[in-house]
Amino acid sequence: MSTSEGVLAAGVPELATPTTTTATIGPPKRVWGLVVRYALLMVLALIVLFPIYITAVNSLLNIDQIAKSKLFPTDPQWHTYSDAWTEGHLGNYLKNSFIMTAIIVIGQLVTATLAAYAFAFLEFPLKRTLFVVFLATLMIPFEVTIITNLTTVVDLGIYDTYAGLAIPFLATGFGAFLLRQAFLGVPRDLQDAAALDGYGHLRFMARVAVPLARPTMAALAVFAFLASWNQYLWPLLVTRDDRLRTVQIGLKQLRNTNLESFNVTFAGAILAVIPLAILLLLFQKQLVRGLTAGAVKG
Amino acid sequence: MTTVTDPAEAPFGIVVDKAQEHPRSWRKLKDASLAYALLLPAGVIFAVFIFYPFLKNFDLALHRTNPFNPDLSEYVGLEQFGDVLGSKEFFDSLWTTILFAIMTVPVGIALGLGLAVLAHQKLKGIAIFRTIFSSTVATSVAVAAVMFYTLFNPNIGLLKSVSPTPPFLENPDWALISIAIVTIWQSLGLSFILMSAGLQAIPDELVEAAQVDGAGPWSRFRNVTLPLLSPTMFFAIVVGTIFAFQTFGQIDILTEGGPLKKTNVLTYFIFTELRVQRNPGTAAVLAIALFAITLVLTLVQLRLLERRVHYQR
Repeated sequence: MSTSEGVLAAGVPELATPTTTTATIGPPKRVWGLVVRYALLMVLALIVLFPIYITAVNSLLNIDQIAKSKLFPTDPQWHTYSDAWTEGHLGNYLKNSFIMTAIIVIGQLVTATLAAYAFAFLEFPLKRTLFVVFLATLMIPFEVTIITNLTTVVDLGIYDTYAGLAIPFLATGFGAFLLRQAFLGVPRDLQDAAALDGYGHLRFMARVAVPLARPTMAALAVFAFLASWNQYLWPLLVTRDDRLRTVQIGLKQLRNTNLESFNVTFAGAILAVIPLAILLLLFQKQLVRGLTAGAVKG
Repeated sequence: MTTVTDPAEAPFGIVVDKAQEHPRSWRKLKDASLAYALLLPAGVIFAVFIFYPFLKNFDLALHRTNPFNPDLSEYVGLEQFGDVLGSKEFFDSLWTTILFAIMTVPVGIALGLGLAVLAHQKLKGIAIFRTIFSSTVATSVAVAAVMFYTLFNPNIGLLKSVSPTPPFLENPDWALISIAIVTIWQSLGLSFILMSAGLQAIPDELVEAAQVDGAGPWSRFRNVTLPLLSPTMFFAIVVGTIFAFQTFGQIDILTEGGPLKKTNVLTYFIFTELRVQRNPGTAAVLAIALFAITLVLTLVQLRLLERRVHYQR
């Protein structure tokens, strides 16, 4: 009896009875199993968090202390953050990232909603072909298109502008595909009822389909935010100087101009992470949905 | 819709309205034009920024860029493909990228799976651990690169006692490994989230049934969980490999392709051909090669997906 309890505890946690009740009556083995599991989780959590922790600590140390590899800031140098923000232009970089990301997220939601509606609710010639064309965009990595896109952006006169940063990303096949799936889940009865009420397609889209697809749209929005906030190659190619640099390439600039004062660079890295950390804590569920949309449901 | 189309059912058996005569085709036309209008915004972006530049690569690749005047590039046919794809630099770059994928993808997935299995328990406070394990999704490759920059620094980093000479990022034997470590850490959160979702999709009854049959924890994991998780893992392997072939930011920040081009992965090679050498012709050949590799990986993924669908039936 006691051995099977022990196996249970170690192997199939979803079957384990609530810990509070068994911990008191159960054999000590059960308690040890718990201790071991928590200890293991704790150690792994510390390892995963360590690079972030040490960066936060180093951002608050002075240079001599960093060289001594201190693990705790005894005399926190908060000025590194204001240095990174103003002299390091991080405030400006963050603003640029926000503007670029906002344009891309809104743009992707709009274009994906429109296209997905057509694919889900309308019949038209070449529907299948066009759908395949939309999916085909997923097979072409953006890196493959940069050579000509750079020329195009220069020719359109939007080099080194927010438009140049954002426009190539205003539509995604992934978004259209994901939202189409959501729209296909809208019950047929609702369509018939709306038709009887005299709803045209546009009204049906705005009043019924989009509200029902809100969870998918949220997932898509968080996914798009993450992807565009973290972009590196394209912003590097289409911006000339600090004025429009986004925070990701701004970090390299910050490092290059602070080769001696590491702490300012680390303050910058922490500042770059904070907006995304807050967003992801708030929208954890949507993020998971967005990231796993392709993997689990296929 | 309850439009009456059959004249026999129409009131008094007469159809008067002109529009009623072809209500279907009229509606069809309306629907079709609306559909095309809705597809237009995305279509324009795709045409201009995906399909056009993609096709333009083939044109660029057939022309050799004149180093002194880019407007005077000459048509050389497939010659440039042979020159670039047969060069030692391309071979080295491709090999570096493959090595990098081998270093990062399996380890990243294994770690993500390990953490996911550990966090897949009903324990008090497990949600906190789940959040911590997925936390690295909040970082970008640039942030991760800057974070590890000191760790690898020979004078100040915590790893200075084990630092080889020359130090990690300047050492031809260590540079790629160092970049791989940064990458594995940065993508750990994503890997954890994917694997956790895969685990949660496995019905509890199956694991319970194995339990009833007397299977031990390891046997249950090997014979029940792992096979059911295989679609998720295939997906992660393919997408992870595609990502590995697009690696750029961490290399630009930490090594710029060096030392001795030991971290000159394919995307970085394209970038330098384009930006430093100012040679769109050779860059286009490389871009086509990158596309071909991605295409093969995607087709493999689709194949496996198909097999999985049949399997589930």
